[in-house]
Amino acid sequence: MSKYLLNKFLFTVDRDPELVERYREDPAGTVAWWEAERANVILNLPEAEQSTWLKFTDEERDALTGCDHVKLFELGAHPFLTLTLFIAMYERDYDEPLGYQLEYGRKLKHFSLPYPDITT
Amino acid sequence: MATVVAVLASTHHPFYYKASTSPPESRPPFADEWVRKVEAYRETLTRANPDVLVMVGSDHFHQLWLDNMPQFLVGKAPVYDANYYNEEREFGLPRMTLQGNEELSAHILRGGLDAGFDLAFSNELRLDHSITCPIITTRPQADLPVVPVYTNIFAPPLPQPKRFVQLGQTLRELVESWPSDLRVAIIGTGHLSLELGGPRQFGPHGPDPEFDAKAVEWIAAGDLEKTLAEVTLDSLHTPGNATHGFMDFMLMMGVAGDGRKADYADNYDLFHTMEAYFTWYPDGSKPGGGGA
Repeated sequence: MSKYLLNKFLFTVDRDPELVERYREDPAGTVAWWEAERANVILNLPEAEQSTWLKFTDEERDALTGCDHVKLFELGAHPFLTLTLFIAMYERDYDEPLGYQLEYGRKLKHFSLPYPDITT
Repeated sequence: MATVVAVLASTHHPFYYKASTSPPESRPPFADEWVRKVEAYRETLTRANPDVLVMVGSDHFHQLWLDNMPQFLVGKAPVYDANYYNEEREFGLPRMTLQGNEELSAHILRGGLDAGFDLAFSNELRLDHSITCPIITTRPQADLPVVPVYTNIFAPPLPQPKRFVQLGQTLRELVESWPSDLRVAIIGTGHLSLELGGPRQFGPHGPDPEFDAKAVEWIAAGDLEKTLAEVTLDSLHTPGNATHGFMDFMLMMGVAGDGRKADYADNYDLFHTMEAYFTWYPDGSKPGGGGA
């Protein structure tokens, strides 16, 4: 399991306006492209100096492809990264202020303390 | 030597900028009272008449990332650009540029390393809302040079709470040993109970009002003994999954001094979080208007 790689996906998509829209429109295609092309890029190194070993488990890939914030929480993805990116993608679909954020929390209601560990 | 003219510790709420700058008809109902409280708090800094601001905050996965994560980092740059696309997107925060003070940065780095803190540094640091929110609330003209100090309250494994307190105590000593005539305010922001991305987020109050009430008392009384006795890395999960930001308040209690009561304390119960505002004047007397 790679909480780090889940976080790296959320982090690199969240900071790029085009990728935010691409992930919203085509989650499966974006996740597949990202895993093939971006997962092993070390962010402050030239692309020739990539890593060789990073890939998602099937469960992680499915959680990202399904835009499943509940599963991502269960897997220990950093909740701030998931929340920030998902607000960017879905808040616009809700009329009430905080409507999306409240629904996001409601879907996590079955979790009690201690929450899944987010240590990477 | 430099003088520490004020120590400020508060929450940082990225929605304040939007709430306070929206036209009156589209402001949320709690905005006017919030603005009143923030402007009263701002006055506690203004009247100390500072020349330089040491700003304690925490990067929210903007520039600092898990492939190279410092625990404590001091900015050492002549200029800091600030705020990010995703903060503009979510909170409506403006892009900002702040001047630095490399001499004070260098003094804090050298002295901090010699005092046993293996501080990281950055010569090109883009600041985020943990630093710009208190600029917006306490010095909106953004006209003073800053020295940013970033802590890791965000990406475990984290340093122990006592380490935050010790760094605060050292930071105070370091500023007071800086050979300069300048007047320095030390400003830090953190959180009381807070939940982000979990089941308790965005409730009508902070996720743990009982913790918030206790924490406000600890800070106002400068009660480091009680705080350190009750707060551990494990215990901070209970009030809310982002409550480790309280350790930045503990750092600021270290700056203010053990047992030192705040000269100004206020709070405001908002949806999602309890806002809290504290100021200490190290010489014990509140400066008059225009600065002492």
